[in-house]
Amino acid sequence: MGAGLLAIFESLAHPHGAAVATDAPVARWSALAANQSGPAFMPPVRGSVYGTLLNHADALAALGEQGNGAPYKAPPRAPVLYIKPRNTLSGHREPVVVPADVPEVEIGATLGIVIGTTACRITGADALSFVAGYTVVNDISIPHASFYRPSLRFKCRDGFCPIGPAVVARKMVSDPNSLNVAISIDGRTVQRSRTDRLIRPVAKLLADVTEFMTLRPGDVLMVGVAAGAPRARAGQRVTVAIDGVGVLETPLVAADGR
Amino acid sequence: MKRARVAYGGAIHDAVAHPVGLQLEDGRVLAEDAVVWLPPFEVGTVIALGLNYADHRKELSKEVTIGAHDEPLAFLKSSGALIGHRGQTRRPADATFMHYECELAVVIGHSAKNVARANAMRHVAGYTVANDYAIRDYLENYYRPNLRVKNRDTCTVLGPWLVDAVDVADPHRLALRTLVNGTVTQMGNTRDLMTDIPGLIEYLSGFMTLAPGDVILTGTPEGVVNVNVGDEVVSEIEGIGRLVNTIVGDELFGRA
Repeated sequence: MGAGLLAIFESLAHPHGAAVATDAPVARWSALAANQSGPAFMPPVRGSVYGTLLNHADALAALGEQGNGAPYKAPPRAPVLYIKPRNTLSGHREPVVVPADVPEVEIGATLGIVIGTTACRITGADALSFVAGYTVVNDISIPHASFYRPSLRFKCRDGFCPIGPAVVARKMVSDPNSLNVAISIDGRTVQRSRTDRLIRPVAKLLADVTEFMTLRPGDVLMVGVAAGAPRARAGQRVTVAIDGVGVLETPLVAADGR
Repeated sequence: MKRARVAYGGAIHDAVAHPVGLQLEDGRVLAEDAVVWLPPFEVGTVIALGLNYADHRKELSKEVTIGAHDEPLAFLKSSGALIGHRGQTRRPADATFMHYECELAVVIGHSAKNVARANAMRHVAGYTVANDYAIRDYLENYYRPNLRVKNRDTCTVLGPWLVDAVDVADPHRLALRTLVNGTVTQMGNTRDLMTDIPGLIEYLSGFMTLAPGDVILTGTPEGVVNVNVGDEVVSEIEGIGRLVNTIVGDELFGRA
């Protein structure tokens, strides 16, 4: 993405049929997104999307003693990031294909930090001033046991990164480190977590990442998923809900379109 | 045709090679050192291959746990890490082993999904040279090589030219070499790629859709050595280009 800046009054979203993403009151987008006969949405931003591995205290705890054994040898020191490339981006209520070669996929629910102004070597104290807003990300993976090698085949399938429905302006979210995150499958809640369990909270994460890598307006940094990511199959409807940020719905479909 | 993207006279331009340097799309002819070189096309997804030359795999064998029959070791980079020809790359003061990697970069021209090996080369727009630096001090064993090693600002150099695929008779028979301050430190040939270009396109497009502007950095042969502040690093690939880069220190970036 080029230079510039991304500033949001309240909430930025891009429903199908609209020419561009539009800034509107949160209530308008949440009503449209909740309307089951309403449109699907495009991803609200198109920058680079980064995930953070094992940034949730429960997720690191779940790795347990494995973290000190081979092949990892030690727990992560710096933020361990991964990239969800552009072929993975999808929007609210856009169907995502479960590949024919796997029975189910893993649902990773996480808060996404959306960058507003170019952020290079920022410090924790002023880190939030570089944030345009927050969004909901469903970081879908094919289940895999090892984090040793990058796993494009597991994490980078087409559509495997639903984002949205909207980016909610920073000022509308009083504390990004105190949000409830819930995953539902076919209407039943299967996981609840909280962003106050982050090893690197939002400002600290931004500071440590931008020490070596500049983030640009429209880029999204996922804070990280909790332990025990649930799995879902084709034919199921997955929602990720974050207090005050949004409810992101993803219908999973089979490769043959059913 | 050899194509470039450069900044000149207050704007970004497309350019082509010319006997005295390059010619902008508006007709202006300029010397190589009169412009600021950018990566030679609008870069989409950057896919890099690790350990795709047998000799380099052997060179790193003490720290490598990958077998000859494993699937390709592919990882991603973001376009923010990229710089162009004649750029500067920062070597952090605390690094003890920072090395270049000269690689043939394959640029996708046509969208590719589930492309069979026999049809793969039709999806290639052209080729350029990549110098994909790594700082081994920052290696961690999670999604290794992790982004702090491989996706640092200024640490992926791309260019100078995008050479049209039709102008490259055999991309699997190109000599590669790196020169540090004029001394050859790395030599190889793309004939030694473990997974060749159609193999990589078949593998990657089998699980993700490749789009025009996506680029595959095909890996580096043996001969990676540490570089220091002040070094000039030249990455050369026969018929594709000569990519020049200079290593600079923290002080230029206001880091004490």
